[in-house]
Order: sequence, then C-alpha cells, then structure tokens
Amino acid sequence: MVNYSSPAVQIAGLRVRRGRNVVLDGLDLELPRGGVTGLLGPSGSGKTTLMRAIVGVQTVESGTVTVLGADAGSAGLRHRVGYVTQLSSVYDDLTVRQNLVYFARVLGAPAGDVDRVIDETDLAAQAHDLVGSLSGGQLSRASLAAALLGSPELLVLDEPTVGLDPVLRVELWSLFRRLSDAGVTLLVSSHVMDEATRCDRLLLMRDGAILGDDSPAGLMAATGTTDAESAFLALIRHGVPS
Amino acid sequence: MTPRRTLATTGRVLTQIRHDPRTVGLLLVVPSLLIGLVAWLFSDTPVFQQIGPAMLALFPFIIMFLVTSITTLRERRSGTLERLLTLPLSKLDFILGYALAFGLLAVLQAGIAATFAVGVCGLEIEGSLWLLVAVAVADAVLGTTLGLLASAFARTEFQVVQFMPAIVFPQVLLGGIFIPRDQMPPVLEAISDWLPLSHAIDALNAVATGSEDDGYIAGQLLIVGAFAVGAVVLGSVTLRRRTP
Repeated sequence: MVNYSSPAVQIAGLRVRRGRNVVLDGLDLELPRGGVTGLLGPSGSGKTTLMRAIVGVQTVESGTVTVLGADAGSAGLRHRVGYVTQLSSVYDDLTVRQNLVYFARVLGAPAGDVDRVIDETDLAAQAHDLVGSLSGGQLSRASLAAALLGSPELLVLDEPTVGLDPVLRVELWSLFRRLSDAGVTLLVSSHVMDEATRCDRLLLMRDGAILGDDSPAGLMAATGTTDAESAFLALIRHGVPS
Repeated sequence: MTPRRTLATTGRVLTQIRHDPRTVGLLLVVPSLLIGLVAWLFSDTPVFQQIGPAMLALFPFIIMFLVTSITTLRERRSGTLERLLTLPLSKLDFILGYALAFGLLAVLQAGIAATFAVGVCGLEIEGSLWLLVAVAVADAVLGTTLGLLASAFARTEFQVVQFMPAIVFPQVLLGGIFIPRDQMPPVLEAISDWLPLSHAIDALNAVATGSEDDGYIAGQLLIVGAFAVGAVVLGSVTLRRRTP
C-alpha cells in the first residue's frame, strides 16, 4: 500500500559498521517528501554509507530505515527508488540506448521511457555511442538516465556532479530542479560546498553524524555566516546552534 | 523470477558479447584448434581416439568457467550489479540470464568443436553425434554455473583466475583422461566420483565407444545437471542485495 503522507525517508538509531569502523552510530533523520536535499560533507564522512542504507544495499547493524512508508530495500520499493552510485554502473560495452533498454525491461518501464530519459539527460546525440567511448560528463548523465527510468518517487544520487565542468554542473542542477518541480524527492550528495545554495535543504555530515539540518538560508543565519563552507566550519567549531 | 527479466538479461549479455568480435572468435575457434593440435600430436597412435571425446568435455567447461567468472566479477566491480540489485530483478533472473546466454554460446562452441573433431580430425563416434554435442553443452553450462559461483568468492581479477587451477584442474586430473578412473588409487577414485567433470567425461566416452546404453548416458547427464543446478542455487545464495 502506498502511503503518501509518510515522509520520504525516516531513520531511527541507524548504526552501521564497515570492517572495524563504526561508520554511522545511532543516526536519526527525517526527510519530507519533495524538494532537493543536499547531503554535504568531506569524503569519509559517511555520506555514501547513509545513501546505501536508504537504498537498502548496506548491511545495517541496528536501527530502522523507512523509505516512502516501507522498509528500506523491500521488494515494493525497487520500482520507486532510483539510485546512482559513484561508479558509473552502466555497461561500457553497450551503447547508451542498449543500456537504457535493458534497465527499462528489468523495471518494466513503459514504452517511450527510454526516449524520455535520453531527452531529459540531453544524450540524444550519444544514444548510439558505446558507453565506453563517452566523456566523463556524458557517462554520469547516462548513469543518471538509467536511474530516471520508471519515474521513481525518490532519487538518491551519490556525487552526481563530481569531476564535471561548471556548465554541465549547472545543467544537471537545473535537471534536478525540474524533477523536483515534477514532485520527485531528491537526495544529492556532494563535497562541493558551493552547490549547497542550490538545495532546498542541507544536511551537513561529518564523522558519521549529521551536524546541521536546515535550509541553506536558515543554516547561514543560525551560524552567522554567508556561505555553506563557513557555516560548516562554524558548526564543527561550536556545535549545533540551538 | 520472470521470463521477461531473465530473457532481457540474456539478450543484454549476448549484445555485450556481440560488441566484442575477438572474444566470439576465440570462443568459437580455439577449442577446435586445440583439439586439432592434440589429434596431430598423437597421429599414428590410438591416443586421440581415447582422449578425444574427453577433450570435447574439457574445453567448453574450462573456457565457460573462465569467461563467466570474469564477466560476473566485472559486473560486481563496475557497480552494475549493485544497480541491478536495487531494481526488481531477482537473483535467479540474473544467474539464469547469464547461464542461458553462455549456454547458447556453448551450443555453438560445442557444435563446432564436435563437428571439427569428427569431420576433420577423424574421431570415431559409435553413438549419436547429437548426443555428443548435448553432453558437451551440459558441460559448458556446468562451467558457466561454477564460474558464477566462484566469482562470488573473488574480490579481484587475480583471485578469480586462481580459482581456475583450484577448481578446474583437480577435476581435469581426476576425470579419467590421464588414467581410467577405475585404475586410480581407491581414495582418488572415490573423490573423482564426486566431481561433476568425471561424469561428463564418462558420458562422452560412453557416446564415443557406444559401450553403454542411453539410460547410462542420461544418468551421467543428470548428475552433471544436478551439479549445475546446485551451483546456481548456491550462487544465488551468495549474491547478496545487502553488502557490508
């Protein structure tokens, strides 16, 4: 049963251990539906682990992760959540279109969905190129295109803009905005602090804990700073403002 | 599991292979060349007649084991497997999709190798050539499923290649090619009874010499099939949606 009133993500007491390290220790989080939430923090802060837990591919020691009203990773969610990892996660010996056709068949996505996502990610000119011959920016868009198949309600994107030139980054963020306007909930991780202002909401993460959780304006006002980087530093030095 | 998703996976794997003509060429031609080499090496002796049938079991088995274990490992390392496991694809869809695709290739490979061995190298087959190909295909499918299983225990390409001597070579040594199985030390003979390749080789020898009835061959094939199914089941158990 689809419960539209439930939050997009609800996490209570999430504890994840990878090898000997406790990556997340008792993390709580609630993400409402809709909007673009930025998950910011340095590498190694636990962003990927948190995203993997939300998508349901992370082995979890304890705690609960509820996504769109169902247990994270449960079978019913596999049509409703799109996930892009930092790896390209597309077959480099297939063309863009062949990749998308395969993932669309696996999802049972409607006919025409492949063309739609190719348009949305502006890959029409590369549709018949082998993925292995694409540039970095095209590759990450191809990976994103696969995640857009079947119109998921929640998109979890792990560093989708890493290594892209500024023009492409702006284009991707405007795509995220369009998706959000269409009602999709997006969780986008980044370690580029200047992308923060493009989000509706920011989660600042460090050492497996969420230091700040507010709108960009709210966060800067609370810390008396004018940009995300300074706000982040202020939070590390002085703790969460009450 | 749904046929649509299994077949989509099979189609995708075959399309990938189609983009790599060199691999296709090697897959289809190398076994025949090696069989030809063995026939030439032992010309004017009865040896080729004795081990020729077994060669037809060996090559599809070894090559499919290697190809499958490396492809699956690549799938794990490129992130595509993680993406697939967040989609509504069942683990059995994934494994059967691969087994079907490589099984199809195995039909071609074994068909070419058997035709070459009989037609060009003069291997004499008392039984039916079709049955010979069928056993060789079963063998290739066994290689595919064992390769899938092995890749679950490998983190790197180096490790997966090491599984070849670890899993494949003992079966080759104890399979009855070097010395008939009933002449082995009793302990080794008992071990070889529990290795799937021994039964595949027994079946091929039976077809070649016509010494046993079809029931015996079917029984051996059934054993090979049971190992393949076992490897698929174990393989899908080791394929985890959640990983550390």
